[in-house]
Amino acid sequence: MVSAYLDFIRIRFLMMLAYRVNYYSGILIYTLNIGVYYFTWQAIYGSQQTLGGFTVDQMTTYVAVSWMARAFYFNNLDREIANDIRDGSVAIQFIRPYNYVFVKMMQGLGEGLFRLLLFMGPGMIIACLLFPVKLPTDPAAWTAFLFMLLMSFLINSQINIFTGLLSFFVENNEGMMRMKRVLVDLFSGVIVPISLFPGWLSGIMKYLPFQAITFLPSSVFTGRIQGTGIWQVLGIQLLWFAILILPIYLMWRSARHRLFVQGG
Amino acid sequence: MVFYTSLIWEYMKNYVKTKLTYRADFWVEVLSDLLFQATNLIFILVIFQHTNSLGGWSEAEVVFVYGYFMIPYGIFMSFINLWGFSERYIVKGEMDRVLTRPAHSLFQVILENIDPPSIIGSFVGAVILGICWAQLDIPFGIVELLVLIVMVIGSVLIYTGVYTALTAISFFSDAPTGILPLMFNIQGYGRYPITIYNRLIQVLLTWVVPFAFVGVYPAAYFLDQEITKSFALLTPVVGIVFFTGGLLFWNYGVRKYRGAGS
Repeated sequence: MVSAYLDFIRIRFLMMLAYRVNYYSGILIYTLNIGVYYFTWQAIYGSQQTLGGFTVDQMTTYVAVSWMARAFYFNNLDREIANDIRDGSVAIQFIRPYNYVFVKMMQGLGEGLFRLLLFMGPGMIIACLLFPVKLPTDPAAWTAFLFMLLMSFLINSQINIFTGLLSFFVENNEGMMRMKRVLVDLFSGVIVPISLFPGWLSGIMKYLPFQAITFLPSSVFTGRIQGTGIWQVLGIQLLWFAILILPIYLMWRSARHRLFVQGG
Repeated sequence: MVFYTSLIWEYMKNYVKTKLTYRADFWVEVLSDLLFQATNLIFILVIFQHTNSLGGWSEAEVVFVYGYFMIPYGIFMSFINLWGFSERYIVKGEMDRVLTRPAHSLFQVILENIDPPSIIGSFVGAVILGICWAQLDIPFGIVELLVLIVMVIGSVLIYTGVYTALTAISFFSDAPTGILPLMFNIQGYGRYPITIYNRLIQVLLTWVVPFAFVGVYPAAYFLDQEITKSFALLTPVVGIVFFTGGLLFWNYGVRKYRGAGS
């Protein structure tokens, strides 16, 4: 059974390979994104030394690693699931001898691994050459970061799967999927590190799962969180991973009784 | 002309009918559009809590540019929505249907994908612009209004031209193109004071994908910033050039298009 799931990772990885050109252009554009944010932050800092606890160098590294991490954890599982539900092919998934939600997760992982190797890796090298990115020297920071990156992927995918499964209940969830994307980009800390938000807003963020996607791993990578603090943020990620299983499980269970196919 | 106008009317009626099927979703979409706009505004507001100027521009000025930007952007998103063109028209082969009809192919595709709720963003932008306009004590008269309208038209033409050209790439390769969503990120950068960027990015945003003409240049006309008024007035010219270019490239693509077969 496990090998069947591993095959889903492999197949998706190979499928992504077919659309390679997209990712070469992707590296270019992500680098441009990092560049623009780099210059914007330079202008924001002006003559100041630190902002919200970040030095200029840390901010540069934060921007670079956050965008590149986004390349890894970003996927369109919500859209894929919504399409499966809308065209009715999800009905077939119900009778197959595997768990549909797991399969989606594995496919997302295949896509993520592809981007990690062909997108995030090379992109990070380019970013390091162009901008003053300071990579951590502490092996503990690297190990923790890589593990947290995997957790980012899991949590982000869980949110995507959750949004996708909503299609069972709202027929057309295009708007919700768009809203989710906006929320994740804003509240995960890709656009602005959460510590720069005004106090009340960053207070709310602490109780939401989004910070676990970008802000926490990137904080570890830039060295803002060190030592035992790493265990703490790791705990937050694991906690959210565990919590998010529940609504997905409940939705998937009740979906079996609700399925109605709109044409197809 | 009458023919095209009647087509617009028919498509609008159709649009309303399909939208009424998924009524709740309609409002969620409006809300998510506004939220998307809000994220960028939040970015501006958050960074100005930590600094007083961005490359010599004050908060009100940067928000002013943002308000301006929202107007052409909303118009563009409502009426020229080419999102998902490749999947729907090339991969699924709907382009063949479009091409058998007498109206211009781009016109039909645009009409089939209109999304009027996005126009609400333009109104919000106009309100933001108005507030900053008053705050910054900029004179407002008939001349300013006319210039503003011309600028907005120019900006919409630039958007249309750039995205038409990018969409037309689908005629040559049937791989789902990843360029469009990524371009989406870049377009926002034309809103910030252009001088803070590296020379290469400045040239890129001015002449290659001229998104600076959709934000910072036309707005600077009113703001007395170092960008000269005559340069800002290039907006409609650049608009016409890019729109014509995009249209020609589209027509060329249609001629080369062979159909995917399904």
